[in-house]
Amino acid sequence: MDDTQATGGTAGDRDLAEALCARVAEADASGRPIRIAGGGTKAFYGRPVDGEELDLTGHRGITHYDPVELVVSVRAGTPLQELEQVLAAAGQQLPFEPPHFGPGATVGGMIASGLSGPRRPWTGAVRDFVLGIRVITHQGRHLRFGGEVMKNVAGYDLSRLMTGALGTLGVITEVSLKVLPKPAASHSLCLQLPLANAMAKLTKWGQQPMPLSAAGWYDGRLYLRLEGGIRSVAANRARLGGEDLDPAFWTALREHTLPFFDRADPRPLWRLSLPHHTPPLDLAGDVLYDWAGAQRWLRSDLPTSAVREAAARAGGHAICYTPDTAEPFSPLSPVLAKHHRQLKARLDPNGIFNPGRMYAEF
Amino acid sequence: MNILFDERLDGSLPQSDPQTTRERLRAALPGMTLLDREEDRRPFECDGLSAYRVMPMLVALPETVDQVVTLLQTCRELRVPVVTRGAGTGLSGGALPLEQGVLLVMSRFDRILEIDPEKRIARVQPGVRNLAISEAAAPLGLYYAPDPSSQIACSIGGNVAENAGGVHCLKYGLTVHNVMAVEAITIEGEKMVLGSEALDAPGFDLLALFNGSEGMLGIITEVTVKLLPKPETAKVIMASFDDVEKAGKAVGDIIAAGIIPGGLEMMDQLAIQAAEDFIHAGYPTGAQAILLCELDGVEADVADDCQRVREVLAKAGATDIALARDEAERARFWAGRKNAFPAVGRLAPDYYCMDGTIPRRELPRVLKGIAALSAESGLRVANVFHAGDGNMHPLILFDANRPGELERAESVGGRILELCVEVGGSITGEHGVGREKINQMCTQFQPDEITTFHAVKAAFDPEGLLNPGKNIPTLARCAEYGAMHVHNNQLPHPDLPRF
Repeated sequence: MDDTQATGGTAGDRDLAEALCARVAEADASGRPIRIAGGGTKAFYGRPVDGEELDLTGHRGITHYDPVELVVSVRAGTPLQELEQVLAAAGQQLPFEPPHFGPGATVGGMIASGLSGPRRPWTGAVRDFVLGIRVITHQGRHLRFGGEVMKNVAGYDLSRLMTGALGTLGVITEVSLKVLPKPAASHSLCLQLPLANAMAKLTKWGQQPMPLSAAGWYDGRLYLRLEGGIRSVAANRARLGGEDLDPAFWTALREHTLPFFDRADPRPLWRLSLPHHTPPLDLAGDVLYDWAGAQRWLRSDLPTSAVREAAARAGGHAICYTPDTAEPFSPLSPVLAKHHRQLKARLDPNGIFNPGRMYAEF
Repeated sequence: MNILFDERLDGSLPQSDPQTTRERLRAALPGMTLLDREEDRRPFECDGLSAYRVMPMLVALPETVDQVVTLLQTCRELRVPVVTRGAGTGLSGGALPLEQGVLLVMSRFDRILEIDPEKRIARVQPGVRNLAISEAAAPLGLYYAPDPSSQIACSIGGNVAENAGGVHCLKYGLTVHNVMAVEAITIEGEKMVLGSEALDAPGFDLLALFNGSEGMLGIITEVTVKLLPKPETAKVIMASFDDVEKAGKAVGDIIAAGIIPGGLEMMDQLAIQAAEDFIHAGYPTGAQAILLCELDGVEADVADDCQRVREVLAKAGATDIALARDEAERARFWAGRKNAFPAVGRLAPDYYCMDGTIPRRELPRVLKGIAALSAESGLRVANVFHAGDGNMHPLILFDANRPGELERAESVGGRILELCVEVGGSITGEHGVGREKINQMCTQFQPDEITTFHAVKAAFDPEGLLNPGKNIPTLARCAEYGAMHVHNNQLPHPDLPRF
């Protein structure tokens, strides 16, 4: 790469790739599993891993950023906050609004967890913006897949396969992401509206070219964010009316700091991922709607099987966000489970990468 | 270069007996069309990369998923390779048949199963044409965004297999960004559903992995795509430049101004002239380059953006800036671009269409490199460029009837792709590797990376029966290709490990 165009580097940048490769090769040779760690903010997500920690936080820094190319390449240990600040200084952003879940969140954790925020239904998920990754294989080789260009269909799409794989297929050391300019205008508002009416409106708006970028519902209120050009946002603001909403609401929703997510609530927290038009599921508990109905948060004491089955019947799945759940993720169909095992066996034959983090069997 | 399957470099293929295969398939699938006469198989001997032709051993045209399952199970049992074909419009030879293989043609899977405006999805069989989806959704005010130039003919199954693009990718993404779910059958005949109508699914993102996997991991039997509301309006601005480099810089300036156009295309002088002669689009034939910038969305915002883009273009040194006055003129501006390939095709008996991507800032350097290769080889090259996302389509003009010209065109093409890799780009943006770019894969990837691709393949098809020889080269092929290039002293990165 042409280093003269790179910006965003700071004195704290460090390239630990060589040492990390050596650690992985050693683990593979000895068969001792490793637990890949960043800032630990998403440690609750998935199953606990028994293994020696491989700390990625030292491997950090933006290696290349050229705002005109709409691409940034960044090492896995870089604090997410730092990346977002550098992008914001150039008027750009990560359009998928990744949750941090704490000040220590890193870029590597964002990719490995594959979690996206309120804008997801309109602009896409983390995986939609991943252009390339660098990854350490079980043999300790540092490889590169994808790249820094928008379109690239050479070979299999390992960058997206590794995104959201919770570190079970390799150690992600660097990622290249497509970034976008911040919208010219943004306005958040809130309407008093029963759920059925809110869902009907969202379904109607979904079929129209409307500048929506977030939509949630809770307790009789529909929360909306309009984003786009100055005039279209102003026109829709005038048309919809409602009360102005502090945009910090969306950060609080993304970061689970709304009262709904109160950690003192003893009931388990579930994330239901459903086709957006799914009518309310008949599940006892408290529900908060996000992603215009495609992501629903459920506080419920119902047994795991009841939640899972209801989500599956609607064509979706359920993830338990409360730590130490035996199986946080919905089980895979037998044929998918088989191909997951086979992929894991081919890419990590000695089972050293985050064993059991996603499913107990690998 | 010969791209036909070569067992010495591509690995040995199981020896299959055509008669046994035919009899076994007929017995297992009495109701399925199975073509074995030479005159029936002839139309299937090539795809869109028509310079290369191979007669398939047998051509199967199943109509049901059960037939696909039985066909795959039988072929696996007999160890007969299977090459899958959609509409056959692919430009990289991804559906090039094998003499010892069955060609599985999915064209009879041509039904639209469901279009749901509330869910904003279309569920279709893989043989449905790309454009047919948007046509069926149009009365509902919806459309399917990816629009490869072959969209009137290409099928959605092929689009998924190649992760097809088009002229609107910068804003609306590739196929992978617009597919919600696929149903696929493995070589063992197992049915898998990847993705769902929800926005994510548990486990690894196998849906993303299958996009662009070129029929190497499984056979796609159903596709669910996302539909989008049609933009309220779309406007096109055409800007002329007296210098290609200035046009390239203007592209960056538009994006730096915070505008993401629906489409941003560039054509060079030779392409402009050819398109104008063919379509009479109203292009300025004296210009060295033109940019076509489409802005779409809500009426009021588009009007503002048009004004800003005009200002940016003027500052960037455009010699002329024209906003299409009405829908007819907009269609005419686009017609020139969309017909650029056939237009250039009128300039010479044959042309070879390349598909590399580069970081946009490298455009001047790459265009200079292409001009030098053109001068050196004596072959003219026209440049058509999805400028917004860095995807180049150099068209190399040649005459296949002149001895050696095809080889020269391929050699220039190969070196253009190597140049793309050298500046940090890729050997294919949207056409796929197929058979065409199998050697250039060795330039873009190191042996360890190629080995990792083979590991992924083996997780789905350990015996290598699905589309053997495509997409991922063997290490033996890379060794030979690398050695050849060292000999010619053309290797772009002599420091990379070779073996």
